[in-house]
Amino acid sequence: MSDLVVRAEGLRKRFGRTQALEGVDLAVRRGTVLGMLGPNGAGKTTTVRILATLLRPDAGSAQVADVDVLRHPDRVRRLIGLTGQYASVDEDLTGRQNLVLIGQLLDLPGRDARRRAEELLDWFGLSAAARRPAKTYSGGMRRRLDLAASLVGRPEVIFLDEPTTGLDPAKREEMWGVVRAQVADGSSVLLTTQYLEEADALADEIVVVDGGRVIAHDTPEGLKRRVGGQRLLVRPADPARLPEVLKVLDDVAAPGMSAVLDTATGSRPGAATVPVTGDAVLGPVVAALAGAGVEVTELGLHLPSLDEVFFTLTGAPAGGADYDTPTTAKELV
Amino acid sequence: MTILDTAGPRAVRHRTARRGGPPVALARHAVALARRSLIKTLRTPEALIDVTLQPIIFLMMFTYLFGGAISDGDRHSYLQFLLPGILGQSLAMGGIALGQNLNADIEKGVFDRFRSLPISRSAPLVGAVAADIVRYLTVCVVILVAGAAMGFRIGTNPVATVAAVALAIGFGLSFCWLSVLVGMLVRSPGAVQGAMFMVIFPLSFGSNVFVPTSTLPGWLQAFVHVNPMTPLVATMRGLLVGGPVAGHLLPTLLWMAGFLVVLVPLALRAYSRRA
Ligand SMILES: Nc1ncnc2c1ncn2[C@@H]1O[C@H](COP(=O)(O)OP(=O)(O)OP(=O)(O)O)[C@@H](O)[C@H]1O
Ligand SMILES: [Mg+2]
Repeated sequence: MSDLVVRAEGLRKRFGRTQALEGVDLAVRRGTVLGMLGPNGAGKTTTVRILATLLRPDAGSAQVADVDVLRHPDRVRRLIGLTGQYASVDEDLTGRQNLVLIGQLLDLPGRDARRRAEELLDWFGLSAAARRPAKTYSGGMRRRLDLAASLVGRPEVIFLDEPTTGLDPAKREEMWGVVRAQVADGSSVLLTTQYLEEADALADEIVVVDGGRVIAHDTPEGLKRRVGGQRLLVRPADPARLPEVLKVLDDVAAPGMSAVLDTATGSRPGAATVPVTGDAVLGPVVAALAGAGVEVTELGLHLPSLDEVFFTLTGAPAGGADYDTPTTAKELV
Repeated sequence: MTILDTAGPRAVRHRTARRGGPPVALARHAVALARRSLIKTLRTPEALIDVTLQPIIFLMMFTYLFGGAISDGDRHSYLQFLLPGILGQSLAMGGIALGQNLNADIEKGVFDRFRSLPISRSAPLVGAVAADIVRYLTVCVVILVAGAAMGFRIGTNPVATVAAVALAIGFGLSFCWLSVLVGMLVRSPGAVQGAMFMVIFPLSFGSNVFVPTSTLPGWLQAFVHVNPMTPLVATMRGLLVGGPVAGHLLPTLLWMAGFLVVLVPLALRAYSRRA
């Protein structure tokens, strides 16, 4: 049996005038997590839907556990669990009814279907809400129920499409725990995300996608090496103190790096960041800032944002790299 | 919340082998999915207005408002004439909700889950249609009870009455595939209703539902004679009030078979194509 439990080669898909996928190749090793990192419209959902047999590609091929996705979708469906980007729980059914129904459709005998539903409800902290219609659930509860539904049949391969988007940080950590537990149990996971932090926390390998193409494939370490690891961000209460902050941060910069003003898209101006080698720098920085009497409103370690990753990898902002084709046009001339 | 510190519940790793062949599995899955539809119906009883209040309103409106004029003051004999017709019209209208619900389910992504499961592609549609039996049975009971309160008297026997109800449910179950097909093709539940009204209003008004065919102009009679509503309502009159049945039953059954043969494959294909 192949070591690669999911394989996709040259997947292409067009919707009307949008070329959603321009030839996606990826592979998930058995018992590992592959993180698919990309901005809005990159083609993550389209890829997952093709692999989960919901959508046929225009070209390319894919296998799940050596079964061809296009030729034997019915056999593939016995092997996979899918949690889509938008919760697909049935709102009029209770949490328990949702899970029991999936068990019945998976041909579990009645008693097993109910027992499995109870186990999962308990495990996901939904027992107290098990008898309430899912429409009364909070967004986080729905997401958990949706994930639970995809685990009813103990699938070998789990597809998770942005499982933590919209969850608060604590719930996100819990979701990560679920994913790790599934992998410890022997499942393999393909997970899409817009956060390098999440891919870093969970994935054994990461593919970065943009404009329907894989633009990088690496381990989290390798990727961080390329885009720079942790950064320390400090925002002084008074922007006039920024020069002093920059000086303090320069002293703790990773070798060969220096502090700069934070320019990540979408963040407020008035902060300074510096690449650092670890959290040991926090103490000295706090002490130095306190010694200089600089009041700060924000201080923390971050992995590069998706914007920064893309800027480093493509030299263009996320989503812009492959949409217009001036470079290609020039190459052709 | 215990997620972080446990490895998760261990259970059967492999799914149990399928019991029975594909048809048995389809039936089993369809029953599970029909139960889902029924749970939804029970949770929102107001969704049954179209098979409860609406037929009663039609029955009362035509009996008391137009009945006197249409039948020269003899409201009772008009009610005897009208009720089987209202039953036919209500069966056709009762199917609209099915297409709307399926359309909403697909838009919300509920069907994505079903599509990723190892069940027959048609199971979710077959299950939803099967659950509609309850709605057509409701139509029959509501109309017969409300009619009785208004003075309608069954002129035949219990066997014929049961046969009428069975035929009504059968017609509902075959005609509703049109609603399923429309539900797969259009973008919103509202559009399902609009499209279905465009079909059902000509069928029910251009027929023998409200007035005898002989009172209509010739060109309209031509339409009435090729309208599936006409033999259905004529059969219902025979079974509930009395009169000939056999000559109307055969065309009714042929229409029903025709609906199934044409609409089911079209609906299934439209469903598969809808990504
Ligand atoms: N059914 C569809 N009809 C038309 N265009 C579509 C359809 N599905 C996806 N697209 C387009 O294909 C491209 C890729 O979409 P996809 O949903 O795969 O992106 P994504 O990476 O999942 O994005 P997001 O992070 O926003 O979920 C987008 O430009 C999108 O507009
Ligand atoms: Mg998506």
